[in-house]
Amino acid sequence: MDNITILLDAPILLVQLLLDGLLAGAIFALAAYGMALVWGVMNIINVSQGEYVMLGGFVTVLLAEAGIHPMLGVPLVALLLYLLGWLIYRLVIFRIVDRDLFISLLATFGISILLQQLANQIFGADVRTAEGELGTSFLFNGMVTIAHIKLAAALIAVLTGGALWLFLKKSRLGQAIRATAQNARAARIMGIDTDRVYATTFALNAAICGAAGALVAMTWIIHPYFGLVYTIRSFMIVVVAGLGNLLGVIAAGLGLGAAENFAGFVLGVEYQAAFVFTLLVVILLARNLLLGRKRQYLK
Amino acid sequence: MKRAPVYEYLLITGIGVAALLIPWLLPNFITQFTFLWVMVVFALTWDLLGGQMGYNSFGNVLFFGIGAYACAVVQRDSGLDYFTALALGLLCAALLSTAVSALLGAGVLGMRGHYFAICTLGLGVAAGEIAGGWEYLGAGSGMVTPQYPGGIGERDLFYYFLSLTITGTGFFTLRRLYQSRFGIAINAIRDDEDKAEAMGLHTTRYKTVAWCVAAFFLALTGGAVGNLIGFIDPRDVAFSGATFGVWMILMAILGGKGTIWGPVLGAAVFHLTQELFWNFLFGWQRVALGALIVLIVVFFPQGILGWVREAWPERFGQCVDTDRQGGEETR
Amino acid sequence: MTTLLEVQGVSKRFGGIVANEAISLSVPEGGIIGLIGPNGSGKTTLFNAIVGYYPIDAGSIRFEDREITRLRVPQIARLGLLRTFQQTRIYGRMDCVHNMLISTPHAHQGLWSMLTHFPREDREKAESLLEFVGLYSKRHLLAGDLSFGQQKLLEFAMALMNEPKLLLLDEPTAGINPTLINGIIERLQRVNERLGITLLVIEHNMSVIMNLAQELHCLSRGRLLASGTPEQIRTDQRVIDAYLGVQ
Repeated sequence: MDNITILLDAPILLVQLLLDGLLAGAIFALAAYGMALVWGVMNIINVSQGEYVMLGGFVTVLLAEAGIHPMLGVPLVALLLYLLGWLIYRLVIFRIVDRDLFISLLATFGISILLQQLANQIFGADVRTAEGELGTSFLFNGMVTIAHIKLAAALIAVLTGGALWLFLKKSRLGQAIRATAQNARAARIMGIDTDRVYATTFALNAAICGAAGALVAMTWIIHPYFGLVYTIRSFMIVVVAGLGNLLGVIAAGLGLGAAENFAGFVLGVEYQAAFVFTLLVVILLARNLLLGRKRQYLK
Repeated sequence: MKRAPVYEYLLITGIGVAALLIPWLLPNFITQFTFLWVMVVFALTWDLLGGQMGYNSFGNVLFFGIGAYACAVVQRDSGLDYFTALALGLLCAALLSTAVSALLGAGVLGMRGHYFAICTLGLGVAAGEIAGGWEYLGAGSGMVTPQYPGGIGERDLFYYFLSLTITGTGFFTLRRLYQSRFGIAINAIRDDEDKAEAMGLHTTRYKTVAWCVAAFFLALTGGAVGNLIGFIDPRDVAFSGATFGVWMILMAILGGKGTIWGPVLGAAVFHLTQELFWNFLFGWQRVALGALIVLIVVFFPQGILGWVREAWPERFGQCVDTDRQGGEETR
Repeated sequence: MTTLLEVQGVSKRFGGIVANEAISLSVPEGGIIGLIGPNGSGKTTLFNAIVGYYPIDAGSIRFEDREITRLRVPQIARLGLLRTFQQTRIYGRMDCVHNMLISTPHAHQGLWSMLTHFPREDREKAESLLEFVGLYSKRHLLAGDLSFGQQKLLEFAMALMNEPKLLLLDEPTAGINPTLINGIIERLQRVNERLGITLLVIEHNMSVIMNLAQELHCLSRGRLLASGTPEQIRTDQRVIDAYLGVQ
């Protein structure tokens, strides 16, 4: 608890923690937006969500080592992950779309382990990062630092999310996706090729996660086993915000980023993952209490 | 209640006799068989919730880990001689784990479907992360369990029979439970929990007891395995979601969810496959595990016994009509 | 006759939609009471409010002179107030006998009883009730393999197994082969007479409910429109208008 006294002595640190947290939270929100999309359209909770983030990160690291700046790598990473998402849909996911929840949960969990261990075999179990130094600004007489790359990453996250939102709102395919989310059977009757919609949705989600992973790799670190934490973060954000609530996702993402950063500072970095998972349990318990008080469980 | 058919008693007797003779028949494989019994407990306790009650837990390994640590801590700090400390440790492990499951159960078992699954997943991982940072439990470097006071052969024999005892007790406890009101009640919860509530069933009570039973046997197993391996790592042994935690689910599904023999069969098949092939995969085992999960879940979700049941339903007591048949079936 | 269920001024809104507005009605012990009304008039909402699925916004519900407004579904069920579902609900992967056995009353079950076997009387009662609804020969089939009509009969038998004082039936004849409807009416009457179970029935089939019920309540757009004997209801201009859609 010594760290709390440090905070009290130097309140300016709060600003630093908050800032770093919010910048990270923007990336969490991006991945969560993808999860909400798949959840809402396909009724699948994609446990392998974080693995696409992780893979996107590793691709970015490889590109950076080949001399491509991580920011320029983002579109390429998104494209590659889009293809991977499409492939996984064609191989596995299309068989489980209409099956019961446990099957899709466990199947995506299996995919998650598969991708995680593949990454472990191919890239090794070391912590990696993509070099993309852009300089640093100093505020408050140098008490608060902002790495430009983090600002840029948050900006890219916002732009990607915005582009996806526009795509869903305006484009023909986006409208088909939203129609399928509301009522897949009706959409099918109206002549929408729901199989194609599902494939696009799943691939789009992988692409967004890949982009988020690229941003993670350039601002933080990436590791084969980091996937699950991102899955859990996304899940938490969606549960708190609710499906189909973009502003809620952004707010919850930023909030989670900030909360995690404070917890990491106060409890120590070794407990940051423990904090995320404990927070998940607490949020789900609280949600259940709220629902239970209404004495209503019939759907 | 339906009387168990004769061949089931023959099967139990056969397995029992074989289990008692194995240390002398196959002395070189004693550790493998010890782990086979452990796997059977894993699959059976997972199936108690996942198969019989419809609550698919991704974090039952939590109770295994609690058991492993609780037992090891008692052994380390009690200052008693080896066997007394071990007995006390196992007792504390079982009690602590059951208490934790009862406390958590009230809240966590109120969740349905994927909320329950992901919440338990979070519980298992959170426990591993906390143990990995907690100095009292050795933090990230884990705990070493005390040295067995005797030869290696004697040690292997001791832990073989310890895990056999746990497995046997667990199997017969669950078998008895499934034949009683409890078994039918948790089946009802699996099939339609809203209906069960509308009929006045004490659903929370049944669910909590089911989780406590699973936690009890998992904790005993955890205590035994910690000593068997001789070392408790927070993330790779105690709260190992990527191995034991997933294997439990896989074995239960492979054998056939919602039956007493399915998990036993699944554990045997999985363990055998693993022992035969796993070591030839040179580090790619876990990749194979992921692929195996996907394959089984997508193409063979009913499991071996489920498949048999679909093929010969009348073998499982489903039949239409005739008083004669009915009279025999319903004693 | 004493009053078994007393509903007083019950209102329920979902957002801006008024599903029930100040509904008051009472169910006398031993009676068969009908609840009718056009689609969307709030009949099932009222059922759900009575058995505890929804918190109501106003009013009170009393069962045997006991306030049950704030109790939850299983607690209310254990008092002896039971409902069946419009979309029949049974335990699909258990056979019919097990479906019946687990429906024995749960009010006085302690912790220990969950480890016991079912006594012989329960099995005999289960089988005789299955015989009563005509499912005896199918008793070892999985309930999920039965036809819709058979599932409906099984659900009814399960409700009887629970020995309720008041049984709320949500459209007992919907989806049933018309040739079997008379059998159902007759069974409902026998249950009412011999087992002394009071019935509150939602029903769309007018000839069924007119023959069955001693008293009818008609809902329309969430309000109680009229109450009375079948004869009064049949000739009530407001009820006729409500069904024909006159504004």
